[in-house]
Amino acid sequence: MSGEVQAGAVLGGLAEQEQREGARIPIQKPRRRRIGLGDWLLPAYTIIAFVFLLIPIVYTFVFSFNDSIKSNISWRGFTFDKWLNVCRVEGGAVCEAFGNSVVIGLTATVIATTLGTMIAIALVRYRFRARSAISLLLFLPMATPEVVLGAGLAAQFLAVGVPKDMTTIILAHTMFCISFVVVTVKARVASLDPALEEAGRDLYASPAQVFWRVTFPLLTPGILAAALLSFALSFDDFIITNFNSGSTSTFPKYVYISASRGIPAEANVIASAVFLFALVLVIGAQVSRAARAKRLAKLG
Amino acid sequence: MAFAAFATAEAQPQAPKKKSRIALFLLLPGIAYLVLFFLAPLISLVLTSLQAPREFGDIGQFDYAFNWQNYVTVIQQYLPHIARSFGYALAATVLALLFSYPLAYFIGVKARRWPLLQSLMLVLVIAPFFISFLLRTLAWKQILSDESIIISSLKALSLMAPDAHFTGTPFAVIFGLTYNFIPFMTLPLYTTLERLDTRYLEAGSDLYANPFTVFRKITVPLSMPGIVAGTLLTFIPAAGDYVNASRDFLGGPDTQMMGNVIEANFLVLLNYPAAAALSIILMAAILVLVGIYVKRSGTEDLL
Repeated sequence: MSGEVQAGAVLGGLAEQEQREGARIPIQKPRRRRIGLGDWLLPAYTIIAFVFLLIPIVYTFVFSFNDSIKSNISWRGFTFDKWLNVCRVEGGAVCEAFGNSVVIGLTATVIATTLGTMIAIALVRYRFRARSAISLLLFLPMATPEVVLGAGLAAQFLAVGVPKDMTTIILAHTMFCISFVVVTVKARVASLDPALEEAGRDLYASPAQVFWRVTFPLLTPGILAAALLSFALSFDDFIITNFNSGSTSTFPKYVYISASRGIPAEANVIASAVFLFALVLVIGAQVSRAARAKRLAKLG
Repeated sequence: MAFAAFATAEAQPQAPKKKSRIALFLLLPGIAYLVLFFLAPLISLVLTSLQAPREFGDIGQFDYAFNWQNYVTVIQQYLPHIARSFGYALAATVLALLFSYPLAYFIGVKARRWPLLQSLMLVLVIAPFFISFLLRTLAWKQILSDESIIISSLKALSLMAPDAHFTGTPFAVIFGLTYNFIPFMTLPLYTTLERLDTRYLEAGSDLYANPFTVFRKITVPLSMPGIVAGTLLTFIPAAGDYVNASRDFLGGPDTQMMGNVIEANFLVLLNYPAAAALSIILMAAILVLVGIYVKRSGTEDLL
């Protein structure tokens, strides 16, 4: 009895499976063809797209080894000379511009990250009036074209009579970095478990201790990401800088001004070095994040 | 958990005053900074745009007035530049969307099984950010110059007229704008496509929808937030850009955009009111366009 049922069930099951397979063929055929198309077409497109995206980077890198005399347009042969003597050209103008960019970037990053992190914590943790007005004030700088931001600040400095120098560049860069810091850190604050701070308070920590021992370490990845973003935005900014720099040179401004008479290969050296440094930094961060995730998975 | 909720509920009536003081302390410096260096400059820009030239004054000397004719003058004088700014920015946005969508789809949906490949490709997408924006654009100028391999071989194959140029044309400017803002398009598209639930796509094809219908009716509507964010992040900076259209980069005398004339008026001609009026027009036009766009895409999302 039970054997019969079992056999029947098995047979029925087989028949059902056969039936399903028979029915599946006409449906699966077009689907398989679609997946087949996507299987090679999309990856091929992706490779071509990446080649396209990377062409100017490779070009800039290759031409940093060009044995050029003044302008760096045609290929004249391979040399390490430009990498070894970056600061020699034009009395060190490239290096001075680069140094200014680093100083401006670091200063603007420190100020913007501090102010932006404070705002982000307040926005997530506290309820207050004028909340939507503040959100709008934070959103608008990101939605305003850089030309308008630059011209506006320049008009104000002109009206107040402030001479344009490195300070005005730092003030300008800090302004447009704040909003990006707020957006980046806010996400991190929102994902923070309030119970952790609660636990700190329950263990008789003072508010300052709770902040520096619990909240701040948990926010660090978000704050670091915001700082990196700020520095990158500041370092590569040209449009706002151009309106507010006076005679101070920055690396992008140097490139813009020398574009008409030809960029020396030394500029390519600096740009390539910065590129490689940033690449190592980002890949390092990715690898350490992956390693941490693996460690956490092992613990869990 | 319940205990924690209880504790905060009890603690709240005790310290609302102290809490609002902390919020004020956290907000005040940053907000004051933005008021001082973002809001005040915008007001300053409006005031400058209405200035009139000083009587018997030098070049670059203006007095506060209510000279609204400045706006009429700049619109009459720079109408082609205004049209070019929005035309080029629109073209670059559409091209960047067409370029980025398949790329973001591959990274966000197809490459899900390989997280390492996924993060490597994301690094490649943002890689152009690590090298100077201006040098990238100059590299394209040299790669696509008349003497370059690409252009000379196109000419040898008669695909291009022998006396034609690529750099200095509107195509070159649109090309440069597209290239430079592709990461701004790809990243938001990736973030929405990465969360796309592929079971919806399977359900669509189980219901006999062809791949195109699945894409149009499921994938696109679900990725609408990314499309809106990406197009805004591309269109706004592209409309205000003046590096690509500059003569020393990819542009020529007939490709100048609003940014170029704002720069020229402010920094070279010292005609501050004209530059300020153009800036206000640019910003107002962008705000209106963005408002309409967000509203329309929002309603389309609901339909």
